[in-house]
Amino acid sequence: MPDQEPYEPERAIAGTGMGGTMDLGASEAITLEQPPGPDGADPRDKPRSLWSDAWHDLRRNPVFIISALVILFLIVISLWPSLIASGSPLKCDLAKAQEGSQAGHPFGFNGQGCDVYTRTVYGARTSVAVGILATLGVAVLGSVLGGLAGFFGGGGDAILSRITDVFFAIPVVLGGLVLLSVITSNTIWPVIGFIVLLGWPQISRIARGSVITAKQNDYVQAARALGASNSRLLLRHIAPNAVAPVIVVATIALGTYISLEATLSFLGVGLKPPSVSWGIDISSAAPYVRNAPHALLWPSGALAITVLAFIMLGDAVRDALDPKLR
Amino acid sequence: MTTQTKPEEAPAAAAGDSFLSVRDLKVHFSTEGGVVKAVDGLSFDLERGKTLGIVGESGSGKSVTNLAVLGLHDRRKTAIDGSITLDGQELTDASEKQLEKLRGKKMAMIFQDALTALSPYYTVGRQIAEPFMKHNGASKKDARVRAIDLLQKVGIPHPHKRVDDYPHQFSGGMRQRAMIAMALSCNPDLLIADEPTTALDVTVQAQILDLLKDLQQEFGSAIIMITHDLGVVGNMADDIMVMYAGRAVERGTVREVLKSPQHPYTWGLLSSMPNLTSDVDEPLMPIPGSPPSLMNPPSGCAFHPRCGFTDLVSGERCSGERPTLPNGRAAACHLTGDQRQQVFIEKIQPRLG
Repeated sequence: MPDQEPYEPERAIAGTGMGGTMDLGASEAITLEQPPGPDGADPRDKPRSLWSDAWHDLRRNPVFIISALVILFLIVISLWPSLIASGSPLKCDLAKAQEGSQAGHPFGFNGQGCDVYTRTVYGARTSVAVGILATLGVAVLGSVLGGLAGFFGGGGDAILSRITDVFFAIPVVLGGLVLLSVITSNTIWPVIGFIVLLGWPQISRIARGSVITAKQNDYVQAARALGASNSRLLLRHIAPNAVAPVIVVATIALGTYISLEATLSFLGVGLKPPSVSWGIDISSAAPYVRNAPHALLWPSGALAITVLAFIMLGDAVRDALDPKLR
Repeated sequence: MTTQTKPEEAPAAAAGDSFLSVRDLKVHFSTEGGVVKAVDGLSFDLERGKTLGIVGESGSGKSVTNLAVLGLHDRRKTAIDGSITLDGQELTDASEKQLEKLRGKKMAMIFQDALTALSPYYTVGRQIAEPFMKHNGASKKDARVRAIDLLQKVGIPHPHKRVDDYPHQFSGGMRQRAMIAMALSCNPDLLIADEPTTALDVTVQAQILDLLKDLQQEFGSAIIMITHDLGVVGNMADDIMVMYAGRAVERGTVREVLKSPQHPYTWGLLSSMPNLTSDVDEPLMPIPGSPPSLMNPPSGCAFHPRCGFTDLVSGERCSGERPTLPNGRAAACHLTGDQRQQVFIEKIQPRLG
């Protein structure tokens, strides 16, 4: 910081011009009045936090904007599918089975004579709900367990690390076939539970690693030297460091959880008819792909776009939060 | 070691009289390679309002001693032996909860690198206010007033505005001042400053030392100043303790230790410092060799492999027998008082100028 000292008086003068406000806006306004550094660095870049920096990058990233719009659209139609689809996904007419596109039914009909368009719109709800809820569950469970293990270390940490190794060794599809085939409930909860069960070790490892790095910071030791308790250290001083990597990995994982739900439903162990899910539709349309390709195409396309949108969003967030890529 | 530790145990009777009293402190870390004896039988006392300078090279146990006083060592891997009493309260067997209450309120620490010792996520004011709120149960508003007041005391201009700044908006010197304000937030009776000025340039260094002196007069705190800069202790301290390989090798008042040092290691420290009045061509005299392994310290006097005066001592005493450090003004060395006096006047003093 050799170039900061000379500016103190000017900063102080600039500071007196400001009101006694305390919000972030005020501190940014003060620094705007700083003269540029001799090395040509723009001093306005200095005081921004990791988060405002990331937001600054994201707003200018077309990948982020497109994927965010797609996701916003998906969330809206999963909450209110009747906005764009008037019929019921369960109203089927066998007489119209496998018929192609026609007025009022742009995507045609599937093998059971159900309207593909309506089913595709309603299927978004399952995918988005499973994706978001499973990711929340994974992120909360993984970061709490990983964070505690990293902070306290010792025997608990060793045991947890071995447990995560065991979970990493379980093949996802095989595990799903075995565990979910014994469950009869036809809701999204068993699927979410299964994804959380297999997904938390990934987040837990990342959270553990970042907590171990963060707890060695001098300011953590300094806070302890001034009487801060363990819980205070963890929540106030260590957690902010561990949050960013967890968010990045969780957003990318969200896309894969959606396709995992479709995979499990396709295999017949996830959701089962009469639930509406892209995986079920893909599964039921697959045998008739030569006669009625549209019945397979639309749900698969919707699934692909949704997964891609979430993964692209995760990528954009990772780029924005990783200062080394800047 | 049975007979040699006796003189060090002798002051144990007086333990508790002083504000801070450390007796025969041993801090041993167990590592994969063996036991590291970071501090091995250290005793000292400190009164309120006084400053003790602890001097020694890297790895001599200065910082570990103070982490042990604060109880900040890793309890799982560290064995602590001996006694540390602060204002009559034994700290070595205190629970984590008890220590938490003492830290920040009764004893506080100023860290070496203010650049990393302030959290980047919170405003300076909030970090200063935090211990005050915790220990005094003060409201957010009162704590904020206190933070502004402290920033004013440590000489930060426009404290009512800077209190809401983040650490990266402060310069290095200001950050160190903010660190000091943080440590002072509950008027601690014992302030441990671990190389508080090492990361700063000399002009700021002088300001920080003056500030510490002023604050000591105002609050009457006892200060432990850890440093390897003899200039800093000369300026700040009342007493000096020189540490080598986890033990105290020389102790005395500032004047005694800096003007008439008695231990060959202290001679080495002083001769390796440049001197303004001496000839510019005069080479500095570094201490030969390297710091000893604390896992496997040299036999006898830990300094003997690097000491240039072992041949003045008869027999194998230097490598065979550990010298003791008597009470008061003393040095742990086998050389007799006359020998030290002679060597110092003939060989060392001319070089110090």
